[in-house]
Amino acid sequence: MRRAASLLFLLGLALLLAAIYRHLGPNAANVGQLIDARAPTEVGAANIVTSVVLAYRGLDTLVELSILFTAATAVGLVLGREPAATSDRDAGFILRAGADLFFPLLLVVGIYIVLHGHLTPGGGFQGGVILACAFFVPLLARPGRRLDQRWASLIEGLAGASFIVIGLLALVGGEAFLTPLLGKGGMGSLFSAGSLPLLYTAVGLKVGAELAGVLARLAAQQPVA
Amino acid sequence: MSWVASIIVIVMLAAAVAVLLLKDFLSALAALAVVSLALSVLFVILRAPDVAMTEAAVGAGLGSLLFALAIRRMGLARGHKPEDRP
Repeated sequence: MRRAASLLFLLGLALLLAAIYRHLGPNAANVGQLIDARAPTEVGAANIVTSVVLAYRGLDTLVELSILFTAATAVGLVLGREPAATSDRDAGFILRAGADLFFPLLLVVGIYIVLHGHLTPGGGFQGGVILACAFFVPLLARPGRRLDQRWASLIEGLAGASFIVIGLLALVGGEAFLTPLLGKGGMGSLFSAGSLPLLYTAVGLKVGAELAGVLARLAAQQPVA
Repeated sequence: MSWVASIIVIVMLAAAVAVLLLKDFLSALAALAVVSLALSVLFVILRAPDVAMTEAAVGAGLGSLLFALAIRRMGLARGHKPEDRP
């Protein structure tokens, strides 16, 4: 039975690879130059990488988000509920003062990188990680504090849902899923590239809330004796 | 510009060997973060600032943090040895 199953799996894998090979064809190497030439007028994002990540390959980004979600859910499942109280004392003066100093700084940098993802290098994933670290630094200094997991999962769910809703809104206009909406605007200005900044904001909030939750869960674990 | 790249590559290789040789887990983790950080500088030189940012934030920052928390959880960090605990 198991041998038949693995044979079936191999057959499916071979079919998939054959389909990918047929679909790629000989022109796959030219895709980069084509996108370089067409992206500025088609999408209107000053950062071409963002126009690939969110416009041409938006579906891949959605799958990437779902992979991250699955991983975070698995971490939550394995680590279970947080213990009610921790035996860790507060950190020393330098770490506490540094945490107070760094929290607003990291917050501003994270928000900046998320909001300017379509203009300068960076974007939702990078900014989201910085936001998660910003919310983790105070926990490092004062282990007694708790990150409110309900808020984190609420933000995460709303952000993920809004990413999909923005993608579905394109279907209403008869376009393909996740086609950039709204006007392109002036290239290089903050309100440009249509719905890409909104999508990156959703990605940043989702990644940030998710990773902050994972870090808080891991930090609450006590060392094994 | 190429001599900067070669210095970075040498630093990366030295840090990677240090990860293998260091006995203390936290020191090895610090060396691992050096590898990621040097790699992100290399990405900047190669004109891939997006990838450099991801490498610095995820590879050097978040990855090291996750490793550090896992080392603490396993009780492998210095000062967290089982015989030291009350």
